[in-house]
Amino acid sequence: MELHVLGVGILTWLTFLPVVGMIAILMLPKENRSAVKWTAVAVTFLQLVLSVLIYMKFNRTMPGINSAESMQFVERLNWIDIASTSWFGRIHIEYFMGIDGLSAPMVLLTALISFIAVFASWNIEKAFKGYMAMLLLLDTGMMGVFVSLDFFLFYVFWEVMLLPMYFLIGVWGGPRREYAAIKFFLYTLLGSVLMLLAMIALYFSVVITDPATGEKLHTFNMLAMMNAANFEPGSLLYGASTYWRYLAYIGLFIGFAIKVPIFPFHTWLPDAHVEAPTAISVILAGVLLKMGTYGLLRVSYPMFPEIATATAWYLAILAFINIVYGALCAMAQKDFKKLIAYSSISHMGIVLLGMAAMNTQGMLGAVFQMFNHGTITAMLFLIVGVLYDRAHTRDIDAFGGLALTMPKYTGIMTVAFFAALGLPGLSGFISEAFVFLGAFQVDKLRVITIASTLGIVLTAAYMLWTLQRVFLGQPNEKWAKLPDINPVETFTLVPLAVIILVLGIYPSFMLDMMTTSLNHLVDIVAKGGAVVAVIP
Amino acid sequence: MSQQILENLSNFLPETVLTATLCVAILLNLIFRKNPKLIAYVALAGVVLSGYLVTKQIGMSQLLFSGMVVVDPFAVFFKLLVTLTSVLIMLFSVFSSEVLATVKRMGEYFALLVALTLGMYLMVGATNLLMMVLAMELTSLSSYILAGYTKEAPDSSEASLKYIIYGALSSGLMLYGVSIIFGLTGATDVFGVNRALAAGQTSYIALLIATILILAGFGYKISAVPFHFWTPDVYEGAPVTITAFLSVASKAAGFAMMIRFFYMTFTVAGTVPEGVWVALQGFEWNKIIAILSVLTMTLGNLVAVWQDNMKRLLAYSSIAHAGYMLMGVVVLSDKGLAAVLIYFVVYLFMNLGAFYVVMLVANKTGSEDINSYKGLGYRAPLVGVAMVIFFISLTGLPPTAGFIGKLFLFVALLDAKWIWLAIVGALNSVVSLYYYVRVIRNMFLRDPEGDSSPIQFSKAQVVLLLALLVPTLLFGLYYAPIVDFANASVLMFRPQ
Repeated sequence: MELHVLGVGILTWLTFLPVVGMIAILMLPKENRSAVKWTAVAVTFLQLVLSVLIYMKFNRTMPGINSAESMQFVERLNWIDIASTSWFGRIHIEYFMGIDGLSAPMVLLTALISFIAVFASWNIEKAFKGYMAMLLLLDTGMMGVFVSLDFFLFYVFWEVMLLPMYFLIGVWGGPRREYAAIKFFLYTLLGSVLMLLAMIALYFSVVITDPATGEKLHTFNMLAMMNAANFEPGSLLYGASTYWRYLAYIGLFIGFAIKVPIFPFHTWLPDAHVEAPTAISVILAGVLLKMGTYGLLRVSYPMFPEIATATAWYLAILAFINIVYGALCAMAQKDFKKLIAYSSISHMGIVLLGMAAMNTQGMLGAVFQMFNHGTITAMLFLIVGVLYDRAHTRDIDAFGGLALTMPKYTGIMTVAFFAALGLPGLSGFISEAFVFLGAFQVDKLRVITIASTLGIVLTAAYMLWTLQRVFLGQPNEKWAKLPDINPVETFTLVPLAVIILVLGIYPSFMLDMMTTSLNHLVDIVAKGGAVVAVIP
Repeated sequence: MSQQILENLSNFLPETVLTATLCVAILLNLIFRKNPKLIAYVALAGVVLSGYLVTKQIGMSQLLFSGMVVVDPFAVFFKLLVTLTSVLIMLFSVFSSEVLATVKRMGEYFALLVALTLGMYLMVGATNLLMMVLAMELTSLSSYILAGYTKEAPDSSEASLKYIIYGALSSGLMLYGVSIIFGLTGATDVFGVNRALAAGQTSYIALLIATILILAGFGYKISAVPFHFWTPDVYEGAPVTITAFLSVASKAAGFAMMIRFFYMTFTVAGTVPEGVWVALQGFEWNKIIAILSVLTMTLGNLVAVWQDNMKRLLAYSSIAHAGYMLMGVVVLSDKGLAAVLIYFVVYLFMNLGAFYVVMLVANKTGSEDINSYKGLGYRAPLVGVAMVIFFISLTGLPPTAGFIGKLFLFVALLDAKWIWLAIVGALNSVVSLYYYVRVIRNMFLRDPEGDSSPIQFSKAQVVLLLALLVPTLLFGLYYAPIVDFANASVLMFRPQ
């Protein structure tokens, strides 16, 4: 399956449209605010249209993951080709893009959230042009990560996101923005340098034969790295469950765990979220966090199946801590935005639990939860943003009875809150149910799963308690004159609410895309995990 | 004999041209006192010409003057690097208010730059221990004067004096080490020393002491810890142009000489597979360098965090980068050497770029303090963005060239299974992010203090900035040419 627009592959369009938009914006005069705004809208809208096109053309029966033939919309070009010397093999790096059932939902999510983020940035005052340019660059980085199938390319996109994010938090953020921005930057870089070392170790361990010349060469091709037969005997990562393989796995894991974030690497998240402007919080929670779990599924699981299997129990423990600790922290917050930030940690824990289960239900639940958390948390952050724009405070106790003054707002908000606490009929319920269903089947995870359900109760508790404190009860005189949400805000919230509702009623719209690929991934991990006993 | 010298001279043309340029520049300076710019042009033309002649030597491999110097791909690579730096620095100098303020003495400034370049040419080709010491002295003496060039500024003279004292001490130590080596082996050319050592019967302790003494000389040139103490003061006191020159070319020449010395004297000749070097039996000098590397990068990065003067900050950053590059020397493979060469090409653009921005800003605001960078990104957007890209490249993040430099270093390390060193290096680049971002923060996250009017730069200045900026970005995305060139340049002359 290939799709070209004007002779260029659709994934290239998806990835680099924002950069084109960025360059266009940089050339516009600073004073022309609306031109900048509408350029950004146009670019992200086109991106959204293309991703819908992908959704429609996507072949739901092709597994992908480790087979290049069943990847879809593939684009493959030589990027860097350095002839070999007698002491250094040929260096061959490809511009290799393609999507499967694992990445397609993420591509949709990225396009959707980016489009909404542009509207959520409607009221940015300071250096609007620079803001939009950075937002679009960030968009490219995110999209690139999800469509790359060459590790080198993946890494480049992964790092491209850091700088725009630093500026978006650091320049346009709240009072403690400098601290939050550098903390985010340092934390993520720490993770990614470890990932870089693991990537190089993988590069030297994998040898493939170039079909064109018959030459043996090392490769950054992710799909080649997923095949145990490609590992050269005697190389660093050859074999199964070796010391070096564990080390590389841990390096990768820390890199991804910081992004998720998995306890104890989560401390950057509340700071970054609280200080970031609304739209950036939306992107951060909606897309960036998913990169961590996406990386684990795309890289760690298929490349190190035996270690992933062996450490599944530990991952489940971390998932449990994320779920319960995140929920408890959320309950203790007085700052509305911080509460949502901690709820993200809790909800990402559910993704991890589903991944630890390593069966179809669990995996399906995990990836579906990634998508749902993207939409639900985006809504929650938008809702906090709406309130903060009007009241300039996020103190939960300062409000009360807002349902009287802002009825429309309260209505939409209720959808998001109930989706977050997993009410049946809304999308969050389906994914959480799948995760718990999957994890419960696994004998050694059963106790952890049962304990983790505590998180659901806690989530319901803090969500409902917040609802009560902010929207119900005695109206606070001070906020009696707050205007209800305006059309732009409605426009950002309603599509998300519709998606949440539709996927809650008929989840197959999304599950269909993922099932084949995730089943295949489960197979790969199961087969690779069984190898342990064979090779010493 | 004379026939042989004449033959060799034809392969010594670049150096001859530089020597002639130097003499002409000095004479012109005496005759045309009123027009010092003329000397600048002559010097520039001379360096460009010698650079052109060096390109004619690509692929050559020949020993000259009875084994004093050598022309081989390795030397040619570094000569080109030094030439490019020299040309860029001369162009910087034309815009530097520090240099223009003393226009009367400009003639000697450019003449000395030529002398410095000549010294570095000799350093990178020297295969005889005495030649190494002499070439190093030539560079050092020229740089002492240049560091104190703005003698009106008190810290410039202080810089020069400190430089001399440290320089004298370390070259003294190095000479002492050389004499011990001569005593042990009876040879001064690196190949002869190597043969004598390979034959065995050398006292291990004496060899170790001699190596450490010689390392003092190299360490001083490349500012490796613990021989780095002069670096921050000299970098701060010297004119920005000279600081930039020292931080790139001087370091490159020092590295070239050091690599040649260690790889030619202390490894086993022949009988090893291509691309791999083996340390002389029982003498694992690369472990000393590994320790040096860790100390250098860690100290450089940690101390840089506390610096408020941009030149001092970049001084410590350049110490850290020397530490990174030493990692490539440790691994004893052609991959490691190629990584060092690649790193130097990349480092040239990003580090000179950063110094150039410091110079431009100092020209306009008169300050090198980190606080004077507040709000700079809004006052001079292009320069601000350029600085961000140079710093991101120095940190080693894609898609900039700095990432490629780091990538190949880590590739060499992991291939040789020096994993702990790779991890230390990787963690160090996280630390380095912090101080680079401090500057970025001041430029973009803070509002200007006091004067907030836009800063304008001339077209020529912007062109030169772009000439440094474009390669920094371009080599990050397409680096095949520099890797190819570096791979071809690791070849060092070795008699069969």
